[in-house]
Amino acid sequence: MITNLLSAGDLDRTDAIRILDTAEELLGVASRPIKKLPTLRGRTVVNLFFEDSTRTRISFEAAAKRLSADVINFSAKGSSVSKGESLKDTALTLQAMGADAVIIRHHSSGAPHRLAQAKWTKGAVINAGDGTHEHPTQALLDAFTMRRHLGAVGGDLAGKNVTIVGDVLHSRVVRSNVLLLHTLGAHVTIVAPPTLLPVGIDHWPVETSYDLDASLEKADAVMMLRVQAERMNASYFPSAREYSRRYGLDTARLSRLPDHAIVMHPGPMNRGMEITADVADHVRSVIVEQVTNGVAVRMAVLYLLLGGAAGESAEEEDSTDKDRV
Amino acid sequence: MSSYVIRGARLLGADPTDIAFDGGVITAVGDGATGDVEVDGTGLVALPGLVDLHTHVREPGREDAETVLTGSRAAARGGFTCVHAMANTEPVADTAGVVEQVWRLGREGGYCDVQPVGAVTVGLQGAQLAELGAMADSAAGVRVFSDDGKCVSDAVVMRRALEYVKAFDGVIAQHAQEPRLTEGAQMNEGPLSGELGLTGWPAVAEEAIIARDVLLAEHVGSRLHVCHLSTRGSVEIVRWAKSRGIDVTAEVTPHHLLLSDDLVRGNDPIYKVNPPLRSNDDVEAVREGLADGTIDIVATDHAPHPMEDKECEWSAAAFGMLGLETALSVVQQTMVDTGRLTWAQVADKMSTKPASIGRVENQGRPLAVGEPANIVLVDPSAKRTIDPRDTASLSRNNPYSGLTLPGEVVATFLRGRPTVRDRALVEGSNA
Amino acid sequence: MVAPSDAPDAGMAHPTARTVLDEQDISRALTRITHEILERNRDSAGLVLLGIPTRGVHLARRIAQRMSEVEDREISAGALDITMYRDDLRLKPARALEHTEIPDDIDGKVVVLIDDVLFSGRTIRAALDALGELGRPTAVQLAVLIDRGHRELPIRADFVGKNLPTSLAEKVKVRLTESDGADSVSIAGGS
Repeated sequence: MITNLLSAGDLDRTDAIRILDTAEELLGVASRPIKKLPTLRGRTVVNLFFEDSTRTRISFEAAAKRLSADVINFSAKGSSVSKGESLKDTALTLQAMGADAVIIRHHSSGAPHRLAQAKWTKGAVINAGDGTHEHPTQALLDAFTMRRHLGAVGGDLAGKNVTIVGDVLHSRVVRSNVLLLHTLGAHVTIVAPPTLLPVGIDHWPVETSYDLDASLEKADAVMMLRVQAERMNASYFPSAREYSRRYGLDTARLSRLPDHAIVMHPGPMNRGMEITADVADHVRSVIVEQVTNGVAVRMAVLYLLLGGAAGESAEEEDSTDKDRV
Repeated sequence: MSSYVIRGARLLGADPTDIAFDGGVITAVGDGATGDVEVDGTGLVALPGLVDLHTHVREPGREDAETVLTGSRAAARGGFTCVHAMANTEPVADTAGVVEQVWRLGREGGYCDVQPVGAVTVGLQGAQLAELGAMADSAAGVRVFSDDGKCVSDAVVMRRALEYVKAFDGVIAQHAQEPRLTEGAQMNEGPLSGELGLTGWPAVAEEAIIARDVLLAEHVGSRLHVCHLSTRGSVEIVRWAKSRGIDVTAEVTPHHLLLSDDLVRGNDPIYKVNPPLRSNDDVEAVREGLADGTIDIVATDHAPHPMEDKECEWSAAAFGMLGLETALSVVQQTMVDTGRLTWAQVADKMSTKPASIGRVENQGRPLAVGEPANIVLVDPSAKRTIDPRDTASLSRNNPYSGLTLPGEVVATFLRGRPTVRDRALVEGSNA
Repeated sequence: MVAPSDAPDAGMAHPTARTVLDEQDISRALTRITHEILERNRDSAGLVLLGIPTRGVHLARRIAQRMSEVEDREISAGALDITMYRDDLRLKPARALEHTEIPDDIDGKVVVLIDDVLFSGRTIRAALDALGELGRPTAVQLAVLIDRGHRELPIRADFVGKNLPTSLAEKVKVRLTESDGADSVSIAGGS
């Protein structure tokens, strides 16, 4: 197992499936009378959020608390960070507090890598979204949700068709999803206006299309990406109306999906922009479930990164020895 | 001042000979060379003192990163006897007062001539021409004008500047970067920028400005210098412009000759620079351009930054790398050891030509009797592993850290006075 | 890396291993345990059998099978993974979780924990912790195929297939058809 989770590309197939399988077991914890495991008792997990994201922060916080870790929330707003303290000094402070893991959300692409590679903290670094780069736990929870709905629990997503639609250029969700889905054997189609595709996307292990309607019929899952309002003023597309007409998911398009296909969205949604309200609330939409699954997946990540001693994965032990310390 | 004789050095890489100088002037080359102090030149190559057309010394304003004195000492260690100090200081070198101050500080330091570059526009704002004539007429005798760090992007302002400096044989050194195409840009735009989610810096942002500027220069019959070109397209545009007889010169930095954008993958801002490190194909193109003469000179773009401006996340970090102390080694590795340039050509591209573009009269001269004794002795067989702490600069943002590079400066003489002897700075050079 | 004393030797015959129970012995022991559990608890409807992965689950299923035959109705066994409750988590790299499957609500039931070997007692301690967070059984009992002694906690088994005096240097190896291809219990090392 890896020691940090910086990129979905850090995970090989075995690691990814191990996380998803572990999450599968941990999903049940939420439905138990006591939603808590003692596993990370005495460990300190820091939520280091340089960017507001209540959803992701509380998801990590719930995950850490269900594993009995102590959680320190460090928000850049109103702290010394907003007064110019550097990432390095912040990290050194957390190190001095004995953080076993730092969950970092940062507006700058690559900041979690920088934190891990510069060794400013000894704790495990978990990327909770960096700039327009990656958001690996989101990709894991998306893959987890797909496995459950597409009959693939326990295995990978080989042969599944996933269509991702929207602002790929600025999306950290899509970068992580492409890497992980590729590792898990899924076939990814990316649909976006040409202005919202990054240069070099031809190097990605995906198919690209400018035409949403042509990409619906074979999709097992459709993931709609959030389109931020500020893109409208930067000539990426002419208007919200034109965007939603060409790239939004409405009931007409939904009806053209295969019967088993699911609709996903990493949130927060712009209802009426990339997805209509009735599609968002449709029975085929798994958007709320994604949130639930997020906690289980993040528990799995925290457990696998922090639950044991650092080092190689444990071999399967001789059962007769498991009673021995 | 003592008289010197260098014994058995290979003049511009040719057969070993002796060079004698006295009172700052070369007195003999070959037979009959004598002097009070004998310098063993065995195995060394003698070149005219190097001239850098593109150095940032940070004084005035950011003396924590570099001063004129520390920058000059770093320059001497790199074999330079003259550097051009870029105008983006605080305050900006856009008046005669500031350029004279920088020029005087260089003289007082005594490690190399510091030739100030004047800003093209007031405060580098790109709107109103600075007092170019006043800077040209000042004691500093400014001939190179640049808003380096920023592009003179307004076509009309650029045209006027090109025209105006003709009155005193000046040159506009353009930092070619279309500002709208590079808003928030962090690294070369290509597959890696898409993967890393860093805002891309397209080659066309550089090439479009160079194309516009060579056409402007042709139209108004002016002299244009292109700073740090970095892409294959830029090389091709300059090649085309020269074939049309346009009076354009171009420089490439050592780092663009050696390093490519795949280094960004590690997220270490030590590799963050403007213009950004480009693709391997671009690296090959600038080497070709330098070899065939399309690119006239190597200029360091030595850009010191304090530690805190690099020990941070990528997008928060400053652009720029050190270069003075490693430039010759990088050129040896990429161009000489690969057989693409001779030492005589290196002398042309790192001394003669830059002095000529900058109109610096007593630098970049041939190693001949009666010429100023600005001489660098380099040991091409030396290998050194680059340690950022081993520097005369105040800064440590050295992108070659840990690399083993060929060549080492053994001695530098500025007008007959050693600034470097036995591979070390001579203290109190101005004494 | 795995320390030598923990080296997995599943499927490999230890050079000095000697078999102490064969297939028939194991079968007889499980039948006896089944009857003892039924005898002690009378009302099999109030019983929940939980195996501790991996081999404890196999044993629990075999006992459930036997119980179904005796009682003439379907009785199933569940599984209780204790990984997250272990007291040695930090001594080894994080382990993959085994499947936990609780067949019924355990509140007010008698839970019989089933494992292959009882040694230090720490596994059972972890299992009791895990159970406590799943509900409140009336009672918890413990059935093991082998009790090899050397307890480090005040824990004892209610039903034992075989008491096997061992030295600490010896290793007890349980093999079951479901996971190992054949049934046997052997002792290796120590002499």
